[in-house]
Amino acid sequence: MDAVIQLSYFAAAVLFILGLKRMSSPVTARGGILWAGAGMVVATLITFLWPDMHNYAWMTLALVVGGGLAWYTGKKVAMTDMPQMIAIYNGMGGGAAAAIAAVELLRGDFHAPTFQVLAVAGALIGSVAFSGSMIAFAKLQGLINRSLVFSGQQLINLAIFAAALAFGFLLMTAELPSGLNILLFFALALLFGVLMTLPIGGADMPVVISLYNALTGLAVAFEGFVLGNAAMIIAGTVVGSAGTLLTQLMAKAMNRSLGNVLFSGFGSGAAAEGEVGDQGEMKEIDATDAAVMMAYADTVIIVPGYGMAVAQAQHKIWEFVQLLENRGVTVKFAIHPVAGRMPGHMNVLLAEAGVPYDKIFDLEEINNEFEKADVALVIGANDVVNPVARSNPESPIYGMPILNADKAKNVICVKRGKGKGFSGIENALFFLDNTRMLYGDGQAVAGKLITEVKQL
Amino acid sequence: MIEGFTALYIFMLAAFTGYEVIARVPVILHTPLMSGSNFVHGIVLVGAMVAMGHADTDLEKVIGFLGVMLAAGNAVGGYVVTERMLEMFKSSKGAK
Repeated sequence: MDAVIQLSYFAAAVLFILGLKRMSSPVTARGGILWAGAGMVVATLITFLWPDMHNYAWMTLALVVGGGLAWYTGKKVAMTDMPQMIAIYNGMGGGAAAAIAAVELLRGDFHAPTFQVLAVAGALIGSVAFSGSMIAFAKLQGLINRSLVFSGQQLINLAIFAAALAFGFLLMTAELPSGLNILLFFALALLFGVLMTLPIGGADMPVVISLYNALTGLAVAFEGFVLGNAAMIIAGTVVGSAGTLLTQLMAKAMNRSLGNVLFSGFGSGAAAEGEVGDQGEMKEIDATDAAVMMAYADTVIIVPGYGMAVAQAQHKIWEFVQLLENRGVTVKFAIHPVAGRMPGHMNVLLAEAGVPYDKIFDLEEINNEFEKADVALVIGANDVVNPVARSNPESPIYGMPILNADKAKNVICVKRGKGKGFSGIENALFFLDNTRMLYGDGQAVAGKLITEVKQL
Repeated sequence: MIEGFTALYIFMLAAFTGYEVIARVPVILHTPLMSGSNFVHGIVLVGAMVAMGHADTDLEKVIGFLGVMLAAGNAVGGYVVTERMLEMFKSSKGAK
């Protein structure tokens, strides 16, 4: 029986790696998740055959309840809310790894001291990923609006982390650790995850979620060593390293270092003073003029941002684009690496609306084309088109790669109101001579543009 | 049981594998891939099941129950959202 189980785990590990490999190319991506899913089903079913187990009834109940809830919420959630769902499911994985460690520590039945050390390390990482992800979820969901920042915060966090480590060390060395010791250890680790995540601003959350994703992978791998489970070791380690790389790629796309994201408190509003001054006035345009301007243009580049997604305007925008194309206008979409709430999030949202791939361009591909474009239509995007990132070394977003929408002959910015962007920085683009503001809800504006173009 | 250096070798090779698999991924797939890798560490479910299966005291059983429930949420939720995201790539390819 043992051979059958091990063989199934082996197969699952192979399927996971092949699945991830396929998921890294758009053509094969959909097959990838099916492969990985098959691996998961095989591994889960075969685990019921693990020797000397009991509690089957409760185990099945836990599976059904946890799986059922996740299935329901996962199917129901809107595409725009995807990032926080990933955060919460990831946190659950971290919590599960911590739970495994807790059970093993309570049983105190370790084959070698190494395993005890790994169990504690996995528990620490898993707990931090759990509570941290929950805070990330709450922030993105809007349950927590303010970022908690106070002086001496990092010292306090460091002290809590050190205390968690100290109790962890006691756990590693104890013959049979006391319940109180275990309780204090987990409480401190969870608290650290909360306090570490609270000061981080919403704009940086994707990077943090990705980091917790990698951490959960590592925690799973550590608990895999403790249980002697090769599938967990391999899958966990693969996710740990892949997730670390992904985190770096994301941080790079935002031109921030990971340390900067974790410890600077940027995007929390405190650091984002911004530069106000002689920026002139914002000039308004109405939907009729905007529609005419685009209908008679040669090239229009659309810069969508999260605001468009929130207004659910992507379907209307795509309809509008098709109308323009029927009139012979070339239309392209320019996607900033961090448009939306996560890298690639905007591509998913546009794909949902039915926009084909070949109309969507990366920052590097399209940035030189703005100069030749007649109109840049910025809809719901703000910081990613803010020219101060190029010009003003004082600005917190200085150095971030941006889309050069300001270089287009005309810029139309669709915006709900006169407020600032996610980072709280004033956008110099809105005050340029060639910029016109088109105020209104993204979807309503798109609807008006469609009607106007149809009447031409 | 996987011991000592064998474990270390597995760890090292798996780490390189993860790095290589992701190394050339286009930006448009970052979010789906993060979600996909989130699903893959849902394998913690098998560990949680084994831990619960060997739990004896009530406390161990309760923690084990929570562990299995959380792990099942990770695996199922991770699959559902990844599948939904990647589904869209399929439909847009058809329109091309």
